[in-house]
Amino acid sequence: MEKRVVFRSGWLPWALLAPQAIVIAVFFFWPAGQALVQSLQQSDAFGTSVNWVGLENFQNLWNDETYLASFKTTAVFSILVAVCGISLALLLAVFADRVVRGATVYKTLLIWPYAVAPAVAGVLWLFMFSPSIGIVAYGLEAIGVDWNHLLNGGQAMTLVVAAAVWKQISYNFLFFLAGLASIPKSLIEAAAIDGARPWRRFWTIQFPLLTPTTFFLLVINMVYAFFDTFAIIDASTQGGPGKETSILVYRVYYDGFKALDLGGSAAQSVVLMVIVVVLTVLQFKFVEKKVNY
Amino acid sequence: MVERRPTLGILAHVILILGVLVVALPVYITFVASTHTAQEVVQRPMPMLPGAHFIENYTAALQGGSHGAGSTAAVGRMMFVSLVSALIITFGKIAISLLSAFAIVYFRFRFRMFFFWAIFVTLMLPVEVRIGPTYKVVSDLGMLNSFAGLTIPLIASATATFLFRQFFLTVPEELVEAARIDGAGPMRFFKDILVPLSATSIAALFVIQFIYGWNQYLWPLLVTTNEDMYPVVYGIKRMIAGGDSQNEWNLVMATAMLAMIPPALVVMLMQKWFVKGLVDTEK
Repeated sequence: MEKRVVFRSGWLPWALLAPQAIVIAVFFFWPAGQALVQSLQQSDAFGTSVNWVGLENFQNLWNDETYLASFKTTAVFSILVAVCGISLALLLAVFADRVVRGATVYKTLLIWPYAVAPAVAGVLWLFMFSPSIGIVAYGLEAIGVDWNHLLNGGQAMTLVVAAAVWKQISYNFLFFLAGLASIPKSLIEAAAIDGARPWRRFWTIQFPLLTPTTFFLLVINMVYAFFDTFAIIDASTQGGPGKETSILVYRVYYDGFKALDLGGSAAQSVVLMVIVVVLTVLQFKFVEKKVNY
Repeated sequence: MVERRPTLGILAHVILILGVLVVALPVYITFVASTHTAQEVVQRPMPMLPGAHFIENYTAALQGGSHGAGSTAAVGRMMFVSLVSALIITFGKIAISLLSAFAIVYFRFRFRMFFFWAIFVTLMLPVEVRIGPTYKVVSDLGMLNSFAGLTIPLIASATATFLFRQFFLTVPEELVEAARIDGAGPMRFFKDILVPLSATSIAALFVIQFIYGWNQYLWPLLVTTNEDMYPVVYGIKRMIAGGDSQNEWNLVMATAMLAMIPPALVVMLMQKWFVKGLVDTEK
């Protein structure tokens, strides 16, 4: 789509674009280019010598079992976050769509966690589950669960997943609520007249018609779990115990800033860029579908 | 709903109330912890009702100088840093996106589509995938520990530019023609017609971007080393150090409450714009 009527000026459009162009050139493209270049280099920790090593950094990553383990951790983490977050939000949205009285109150009371910073969410959950002082850890002990996420990798994963889901539920909830509202009431009435009970109506009408929303949320939640949960992990488990909750983004940070392996970190950045491109393409594909249904 | 089913109606309310309670529980515990003394909080189990040290703890947190093992900086200053950077990021993003969308939609010039795609590609380069080199650029420019360093690298925004572009494309052509016949130049048209028409989009973006700016964590972690420049979301992490008993958890929790209040208020008070913003920015 283009405008038929436009303004004519030689310099004005350039001046208007300049601020955005300068920011993206200096802080996006230049660093991204640097990451590409560095991924082909190896330097020592003091930055005194730099060698071209071709694809060696990538080969090292490929041969590094902990990096491959980190891929697995990320996959487990993001699938858990997406599946738990989406199903809980769907449950709440279906019931919120049902109630007539108090619907806005419930909505207001369910959407605010979106505003909580991931780092703060991490701190809150860390405090509740802290093995020595946490109230939930205390409760779990009372029912016979020995909670210590500082030693038990599975429990550490549960903790970060819970914090991440808690923060994301409001987002999924809002999109499901909008999706449910756009399903024509006449379809549901027709089914009811034909004798379909609520449970049956949900599975044969509402759930299939929500498929585009669900796929869209699946992609968005994956992106969220991949990139926006760095703060949750850094604030609660710091990737530990060992490397049990060290997702890919956490590793880029750790290897680059703590372990000072610049080449390796840059190579990981390049791998992440490829993942983002794939996820973005997926996102656009599903957004198209969402608009069309 | 279609038919009356009292049991299902009650079940719906029960599930929703349970949902609301579970979602609110972490914040309730945080609030309770923030109203007790440090000794009371580390008891097992910690008290489940608010205590009597509300004013004391919040004043102590805001002024700083606690005795915990971690950072003891004043939270008052951190809140100020957060507020200023969130506002700069928000208005910066809105301003530069409005200008570039205006240029792309209302002018024809060489490399127009090149710029359009260049902005689009930034969607695929979140801070997380280029932290090392971006940090280097910012430090080379001498912007560490400054508001400029905290905000400018974050104000480029493909989403906002697209949102405004989509909106501008729906603005009737007659408005431009009328403005031109009346002798208005491009900037006059922009200022008096386009910006006022975009008010709802601007409000929606404001909510989303304010939360985005306030909640930044990774970026401040890299570019601030000076306690004076910690935003509160990052500062709170710095207050936790060492073992559980060495932290003044009551003050940490008071800080957590303070860090949550501004963005939560923005979401609840501007709910309508918030929902619009969420839906629009994902298109």
